[in-house]
Amino acid sequence: MKTIFLDHVRNKLALHKLRGGDGQPLLILHGLGEQSPSAVPISLEQWGGPVFALDFTGHGQSSVPLAGGYTCEALMSDADAVLAELGPLTLMGYGLGGYVGLLLFGSRPKEINGLIIADGPGLDGGGDKPTSPQLLHVKATDLNGSTPDPWALAELASDVRPRDYAADHVRQIETLAGLDVAIVVGSLGRPAWLSEIMTSPVVTDGDVGVGLSTFSRS
Amino acid sequence: MTSTEVDTVRSRLPEAKRPERSRRVDVGGIEVAVVEWGREEDQPVALAHGGFDFAGTWDLFAPLLADAGFRVVAWDQRGHGDSDVAALYTWEADIRDAAYVIDSLETKDPVPVLGHSKGGGMMNQLAEVLPHRVRAVINLDGIPNKRGFNTQIDRSDTQALEAELSGWLDHRRRAGQASRRADSIDGLAERRQLMNPRLSMDWLRYLVTVGAKQDPDGWRWKIDPTLRFGPSGAWRPEWAIPRLRGLRVPYLGVIGTVKEEMGWGTTPEEAFPILPDGAEFHALADTGHFVHIERPGDIAALVADFLRRVL
Repeated sequence: MKTIFLDHVRNKLALHKLRGGDGQPLLILHGLGEQSPSAVPISLEQWGGPVFALDFTGHGQSSVPLAGGYTCEALMSDADAVLAELGPLTLMGYGLGGYVGLLLFGSRPKEINGLIIADGPGLDGGGDKPTSPQLLHVKATDLNGSTPDPWALAELASDVRPRDYAADHVRQIETLAGLDVAIVVGSLGRPAWLSEIMTSPVVTDGDVGVGLSTFSRS
Repeated sequence: MTSTEVDTVRSRLPEAKRPERSRRVDVGGIEVAVVEWGREEDQPVALAHGGFDFAGTWDLFAPLLADAGFRVVAWDQRGHGDSDVAALYTWEADIRDAAYVIDSLETKDPVPVLGHSKGGGMMNQLAEVLPHRVRAVINLDGIPNKRGFNTQIDRSDTQALEAELSGWLDHRRRAGQASRRADSIDGLAERRQLMNPRLSMDWLRYLVTVGAKQDPDGWRWKIDPTLRFGPSGAWRPEWAIPRLRGLRVPYLGVIGTVKEEMGWGTTPEEAFPILPDGAEFHALADTGHFVHIERPGDIAALVADFLRRVL
């Protein structure tokens, strides 16, 4: 495994090359509180091209910002930094990484070849409707610069993911990506944002293997 | 000489007064700059500025409120004015920072809070999440409406949404190396007037001397160059409406009725029904979004009178 660091806004992002090779890259986006795997997972070995994995801000070997402020949009921007580095790619998102993958795909619909969504921590976020707002608190003694950043765990477990927001993004993909199948959903978990996008003609049920073979061909 | 240039600009606006005290408050790893006008033993009032503003935008209003017998406390939000820049920004983090500033007053008594525009929305939410720490809310042209901001795009317009979303990401790709454009005092004032068309050039030049720094190649706004409007994100303005209606603290709402790009565009007909029971409400004719800058004397009198009655 080779790791490079991308300077992105004020963060340093660890991008791991798990496997080299020719062809279209697969980028793994981990779940909330997780980090990149150190080798290509068995379930992804069938992918024909190179495999990369990103540590989101505050996770794994990426830098830990001071005083929190996490949003899924900021993490989408982390993944966009990889897109700038590697060019068009396919996304494999676990939990939170699946939702971030949807946001990035909806924002860069012409540069993503496909997205596979699998179960993982942070798939639900804070639900699809706002609940009573709270003042999140993290113990100062827990803020020691290690990952995962406690602010990431707190803030990204409570972000609201409305159905219409997810629908906006999948509509962008439907309209602009030019793909018959753009997203393969292999998760058992189906939070509201995910149920919402299942109604799109470019989103299909399937397991990770189906997703890999679908996007390998495209 | 620079000091002469600054003195000349500020001398044209003698009623604007810089704060009497300043300090820094740790908000969990970064610091925000806190400033105060008025006697320390007077009743504190905390002021939250609007988006892309800074505490210096209170320099006309705050001294008048201090003269009326209040300890006026304001701060630069993270990334704004003299506060530290952050790696990440959110609405919730801004509200946490506000709570740190109120804690720094070292009083267990709840404190009246006042916010303009975004700061008004923040203070609405602060009063909901910390009702025991907020004695009253004064909201200056920061009352939400169902339509959202004046600049909000139609999200069903695929091309417009693509431009907004990819535009924000493009900005983030460049933001690490970005710096604000250097210019003369007049140049920065003229650019700001595009977004603040009702404010005088004398005031906007004054703001440059407060909210910008002088580098060898010119003046630059201090605000973090990584900050940018948008994307509108998942948040929906209608979420804030029932919460506002549910506040139980004394509430004063003020709106300007002349629509401006930086404003929320909430009409009196939209605003009044969503305010808390018993709220006072003033819709100001011939006044734009920056009510406290256009009419500092009127607003200070209104606020001082309200606070004297409800505290």
